[in-house]
Amino acid sequence: MTVGLTQYLIVAAILFTLGVAGIILNRKNIIIILMSVELILLAVNVNLVAFSAFLGDLTGQVFGLFVLTVAAAESAIGLAILVVYYRNRGSIAVEDINMMKG
Amino acid sequence: MTSGDAFFYLFSAVAVASGFMVISSRNPVHSVLFLILAFVNAAGLFILLGAEFLAMILIVVYVGAVAVLFLFVVMMLDVDFNELKHGFLQYLPLGAVVGGIVLLELIVVVGGWTIAPAELRVSAAPVSSSVSNTMALGEILYTQYLYFFQIAGLVLLTAMIGSIVLTLRHKVSIRRQSISEQNRRNPHESVQLQKVPSRMGL
Repeated sequence: MTVGLTQYLIVAAILFTLGVAGIILNRKNIIIILMSVELILLAVNVNLVAFSAFLGDLTGQVFGLFVLTVAAAESAIGLAILVVYYRNRGSIAVEDINMMKG
Repeated sequence: MTSGDAFFYLFSAVAVASGFMVISSRNPVHSVLFLILAFVNAAGLFILLGAEFLAMILIVVYVGAVAVLFLFVVMMLDVDFNELKHGFLQYLPLGAVVGGIVLLELIVVVGGWTIAPAELRVSAAPVSSSVSNTMALGEILYTQYLYFFQIAGLVLLTAMIGSIVLTLRHKVSIRRQSISEQNRRNPHESVQLQKVPSRMGL
């Protein structure tokens, strides 16, 4: 089977699905949830670059660059919040995050 | 099957397998390492697509910065990860169902994707074969998308300031250097001359 746009889109769809399933499966471990978000963003990037290549349009790659920037910022902030949370509570279980509940 | 196709199947198989290991691995350190493997293989896919600059940036940013950050946090937090794994089997049916439905829908949507020939002529930034991918990206990134580029820089600055503000703390037990106090000292208040009587001491 020759490789075209469809194959790339299917790989991206599988990666995206793995990310979504990872968020549901590892509901207690917030580090794995952050990694699953990174997987989802990677799948989106594969989509953008595949369309950019097959349409002959560079805009998709520019957008992929911005997605990369936002993903880096998101993981930095997320991990910083995680470190502060661990310092305050001594655990990273998602169920314990209810301090703001009235 | 050309060698490019073979490499596509190699990279995508390893990327999908390591993506699966990221979410199913027991040890978070292994998860991070599989995440790195997934990113490296995705970079290989990008190279196959002709996006060399984005592939290299993916390796530099993700493997060099984000994955190391993840590793650092995983190893710094002293958490019993086996306890966090408990709900895994409980959520497995739900996760499998949702994942299966999403995958099915995505494959139905993108499976038969064809590009209308008319679309190829309305491209906003056509790829030219005379310049390299990096140069072509730079030529439109710094002209057409300059404001977006600056805003991306601002996003990174915000992330940097935010994470510093979140994690910085001043311990009261640590003695810090106070330069203004040091400069304000004069001999009158810092040196005391005392007359010590013989055989008495102070």
